[in-house]
Amino acid sequence: MDIRSLEKQAVQIRKDIIEMIYGAKTGHTGGALSSTDIMTTLFYGIMNVDPKNPKNPDRDRFILSKGHSVEPYWCLLAELGFIEKEELKTFSQFGTRLIGHPNNKVSGVEMNTGSLGHGLSVASGMALAAKMDEKNYRVFTLMGDGEQAEGSVWEGAMFAAHYKLDNLVAIIDRNRLQISGCTEDVMGLDPLDKKWESFGWNVIEINGNSIPELYEILEKKPACEGKPTLVLANTTKGKGVSFIENQAAWHHKVPTDAEYQQAMQELDEQLKALEVSYE
Amino acid sequence: MNKIPNREIVNDVLVRHAKINKDIVVLASDSRGSAKLDPFAKTHEKQFIETGIAEQNIVGVAAGLASCGKIPFVASPACFLSMRSVEQVKVDMAYSNTNVKLVGISGGISYGALGMSHHSVQDLAVMRAIPNMTVVLPADRFETEKVVEALLETYGPTYMRIGRNPVEDVYESLDYEFTLGKANEMHQGSDVTIIAAGETVRVALDAALMLEEDGIQARVLNMHTIKPLDTEAIIKAAKETGYILTLEEHSIYGGLGGAVAEVVAENCPVKVKIMGIPDEPAIAGTTPEVFEHYGISAEAIHQMLRNELKGNKEA
Repeated sequence: MDIRSLEKQAVQIRKDIIEMIYGAKTGHTGGALSSTDIMTTLFYGIMNVDPKNPKNPDRDRFILSKGHSVEPYWCLLAELGFIEKEELKTFSQFGTRLIGHPNNKVSGVEMNTGSLGHGLSVASGMALAAKMDEKNYRVFTLMGDGEQAEGSVWEGAMFAAHYKLDNLVAIIDRNRLQISGCTEDVMGLDPLDKKWESFGWNVIEINGNSIPELYEILEKKPACEGKPTLVLANTTKGKGVSFIENQAAWHHKVPTDAEYQQAMQELDEQLKALEVSYE
Repeated sequence: MNKIPNREIVNDVLVRHAKINKDIVVLASDSRGSAKLDPFAKTHEKQFIETGIAEQNIVGVAAGLASCGKIPFVASPACFLSMRSVEQVKVDMAYSNTNVKLVGISGGISYGALGMSHHSVQDLAVMRAIPNMTVVLPADRFETEKVVEALLETYGPTYMRIGRNPVEDVYESLDYEFTLGKANEMHQGSDVTIIAAGETVRVALDAALMLEEDGIQARVLNMHTIKPLDTEAIIKAAKETGYILTLEEHSIYGGLGGAVAEVVAENCPVKVKIMGIPDEPAIAGTTPEVFEHYGISAEAIHQMLRNELKGNKEA
């Protein structure tokens, strides 16, 4: 896999996200940017999905449990050809399919999400179906760290370990910020790795904004025989745009004209730097 | 007196079909015994999934299975399944349009003396307010079989509620027409219509037979499907009989009575009397005791309607 091209793709997705949120005047900017590298690695580098055959029974499945980070999802589906890129302009507008959470009326989206704490159970059901049917597809779900306070997450955690769903990979976008502030101030989560380990999961902690690290762990199939895998992906909320990074206020904030210009300029420079070092 | 609880029929029908259709899966939340599912779990071990006492997870898992082509039946006490997992029902089943069949067992006030935590008399109100849900209550063992057969043939998220104990038959056999969403007329009449569902159909039918002796003709509609509702049959009943009594093992708010009243008020306003469990924790007792306490008995309904209608007849 060409890691550098994945990295360039992630910057392109960030540009699409800023463009889309700026145009729509709404969006979950911070969380969208923190999870962009994870979702780009999955969709471009790891998962067996095909826009021409989106219902292929052998496809890998993805469930965006932190449904509010839908922006990279829409942008990835557009870049991959599941939907027209032009449709991104309808994001959150009257009557659109591209609402503020995943919507399975859109090709490439398996299930509707939005309420936190649902994705892991649904993904576990899909992974169990694969086991029952002796199929080789894998199931990925991306959760938020604030989401870990939902009790249903732990019902799902218990279930997946009990049924030894080693074809299931759950990723936590550990950006340490939620809408009211730091996760550890709102509701303490640490030690998150130990919690998941004690539920019987294979836990791997990585830098979730490092595409080489993401790729290395996600391509292993299975990552751990007989156990579901939890990737604790430490990320920076708002990653990629200097003034959005690590600001809880950007959970749900829209860039002004000047901020938009600056964000696009920063991302263009990142793209250029990746191209130069590539040559 | 019939001795077979409807739960057992659900198991039997699923055992029969699961032999041929390997996509049928049954999920239980430590409820295989109370759902009478031991035979299914034994004969179709690979199609049976235990989730432990985790109602949110069981519905989410079922939705995931369904999205991969399985036909999951989730059997769990109605009180927990309809309340504890309601958001999974709304999002993972109804909104995502997955083919999950919920079987709420020991529904209504089946658990009697166990108290309000174990009663499910808000489930119909909750489930029918969710877009894309089908809500169905079979009246007896024959109808339970018809319903399960129909659910196997019909795609879509469904909540089916059955009681714990055997109920008196209202049908003589399987030899009758059953269609989801289409009420069955159990007794003809033009003086009043009693609309019932589930275990109250037998009560309504007995009341109608008693009224007949007084020369009062009560129409009885078995409204097994609460959603989609047979509005046509309701409007026809309102127009032709001018008075509707609804009878349900559910809160008087938002269930069968509420659904019927919505249709009648909009289309042909006539008097609608709603009978069920009042807005209070239901009194402790067996189903017949509790029903009688709240006036849900053939005798009480017979007496009430006779008093109300006899004057009209004589005038």
